Amino acid sequence: MPELTLTIQHKVGLHARPASLFVREAAKFQSNIMVFHDGKEANAKSILSVLALGVNQGAQITLRAEGPDAEMALQALQALIEKNFGEAE
Amino acid sequence: MRIIRGIAASPGIAIGPAHVFQPEDLHVPVQFVSNPEAEWQRMQEAFQKAKNQLQEIASQAAGRLQQQDVAIFEAHLQMLEDPELQASVQAAILHEGKNAESALMENAERYAVQLESLNDEYFRARAADIRDVARRCLRILLGKPQPDITLLQPSILVARDLTPSDTVLLDKSRLLGFCTAEGGATSHTAILAKALGIPAVVGAGPQVLEIEQNQQLVLDAWHGQVVLDPSEDILKQFQDKQRAARAQAAQERADAAKPAITRDGRRVEVVANVGHLDDAHQAVALGAEGIGLLRTEFLYLDRQTEPDEEEQYRAYRAIFEVMGERPVVIRTLDVGGDKALPYLDLGHEENPFLGWRAIRMCLDRPAFFKTQLRAILRAAVGHDIRIMFPMIATVREVRQARALLEEARLELEHAGVPFGRQIQVGIMIEIPSAALMADALAKEVDFFSIGTNDLTQYTLAVERTNKRVAHLSNALDPAVLRLIARVIEEGHRAGIWVGMCGEMAGDERALPILLGLGLDEFSMAPTLIPHAKALIRSCSLEACQAIARHSLTLSDYTEVETYLQAVNSLA
Repeated sequence: MPELTLTIQHKVGLHARPASLFVREAAKFQSNIMVFHDGKEANAKSILSVLALGVNQGAQITLRAEGPDAEMALQALQALIEKNFGEAE
Repeated sequence: MRIIRGIAASPGIAIGPAHVFQPEDLHVPVQFVSNPEAEWQRMQEAFQKAKNQLQEIASQAAGRLQQQDVAIFEAHLQMLEDPELQASVQAAILHEGKNAESALMENAERYAVQLESLNDEYFRARAADIRDVARRCLRILLGKPQPDITLLQPSILVARDLTPSDTVLLDKSRLLGFCTAEGGATSHTAILAKALGIPAVVGAGPQVLEIEQNQQLVLDAWHGQVVLDPSEDILKQFQDKQRAARAQAAQERADAAKPAITRDGRRVEVVANVGHLDDAHQAVALGAEGIGLLRTEFLYLDRQTEPDEEEQYRAYRAIFEVMGERPVVIRTLDVGGDKALPYLDLGHEENPFLGWRAIRMCLDRPAFFKTQLRAILRAAVGHDIRIMFPMIATVREVRQARALLEEARLELEHAGVPFGRQIQVGIMIEIPSAALMADALAKEVDFFSIGTNDLTQYTLAVERTNKRVAHLSNALDPAVLRLIARVIEEGHRAGIWVGMCGEMAGDERALPILLGLGLDEFSMAPTLIPHAKALIRSCSLEACQAIARHSLTLSDYTEVETYLQAVNSLA
């Protein structure tokens, strides 16, 4: 099962617009995708669970995917986070 | 004809029919069902229908939505499609045999509570969102209509109170004004009304909800009253007033760039309170002669880490450039335990307004404070910039703050970084001790700016946001006026200028008193500037001095208000 640990650089953390974009991106894939943070886990396709993780700027999250397009899903989410959700800063 | 009184939250007069927006209280039936499969089918249909409704509203509203409104819609749609919420509702129906209504509401509430426990304004808003979405589905399940906020004709919106997700759907072009039963001067409704420049009377009590659909109303938000079924005479009076007010406002705008000089030749400065870059543009357009209060909190709120020196420098610079040669008074960070900043452990305080806030916090965090000071000094190059320290209670604090400012200067000097050298340093006078020590403080600084909101709150021991005592708080109270008089007198004795940046500075009733007491600078919301300048031009300093002298002898604010009304009706 592919797994990946990333740091959220966006200034609001994984809330608001970044959370919305993250969930939307995850929903494009068939695989089950989980987000782990601070001992809690969430379904990456669920906005309510992702928000409830309370991921702040500078926090690390671990992504794990299982399914036919698991690798692709993680790559896409990694790209989104590393491009800072399409914002300059 | 009947009159209801409330709080004037945004000035003006509106005349028109009421549109009463009153979502009914929903009862959630709790029962077990015999055919869970069919019940889950019914739930899924409700989800789909809610989604269709939201999409249709969004497409109708397309083009006139603000960016933040779009975000609310998207959040609602995403919550509606949330697979975890759906799965838990499905399990409650299929495995526990619950009915759709109770399965939905229990699970939505569970998420709402979870989000609320994160204890931040942003999450509280999301908790409200999930509850809104759930109620939308519930109404579909119960076969009840969605509460309709669609305005078919120009109307005055009447409601208990309004949330952002209510007003997002509102056709603002047909909105004449707001009248709400609940909420105060800082409620969402009040803020929206001010931003749209339409009148609002809020907190007018439960009688408001007895107003009928299409009942004819006059909303007099100059005096915080609503007239129901006005008589012909009254209606005509208000129509005339409204027409005159519109013509007058147009004239005042045309004259906004001219200086504010009384009939007998006393010139005062009229400047703007500014919270971000957009305000600065608006201020210049409306005739502000400078900025009397640049709040820097916008840089610090709603984020996870503190803004660094470079980001602050660029933000201040952008505003200073809009103002050009006009003076700018920039206030250093003014936050405390009533605001949560994730990167600053302000802690939870029982009494944040008497706690570790503003200059007190900054003096305890010199590195953090100096970052802001260096950014301001650097951005000041080529501009007339004045630094102001908030919440000063003692002379010692001023000296400490000035010492840190000096350190920041030396750091820039050593690093060879250019910075502004001709900078005035002043303080806010908003604590009674500072007003009483104004003679000693005046020797330490280049100017005073009186913050009347806090000065009133601290002098009368009334928390502004506490509904039960808010009526006891009034800046026209002679106790507050006497402190203001003292501050201006002592400032002038020491040869420094004295301004005011509280709400009182833009209050037309208070204007003659403040002119009469000798205030040099009036700082207010940009939209108030044209009118304030026009009023000042119509005053004589000599008459204002007499008004001020008499006001100081009265015994409480109701007497001052009555006196001012009498004076006004003579003028």
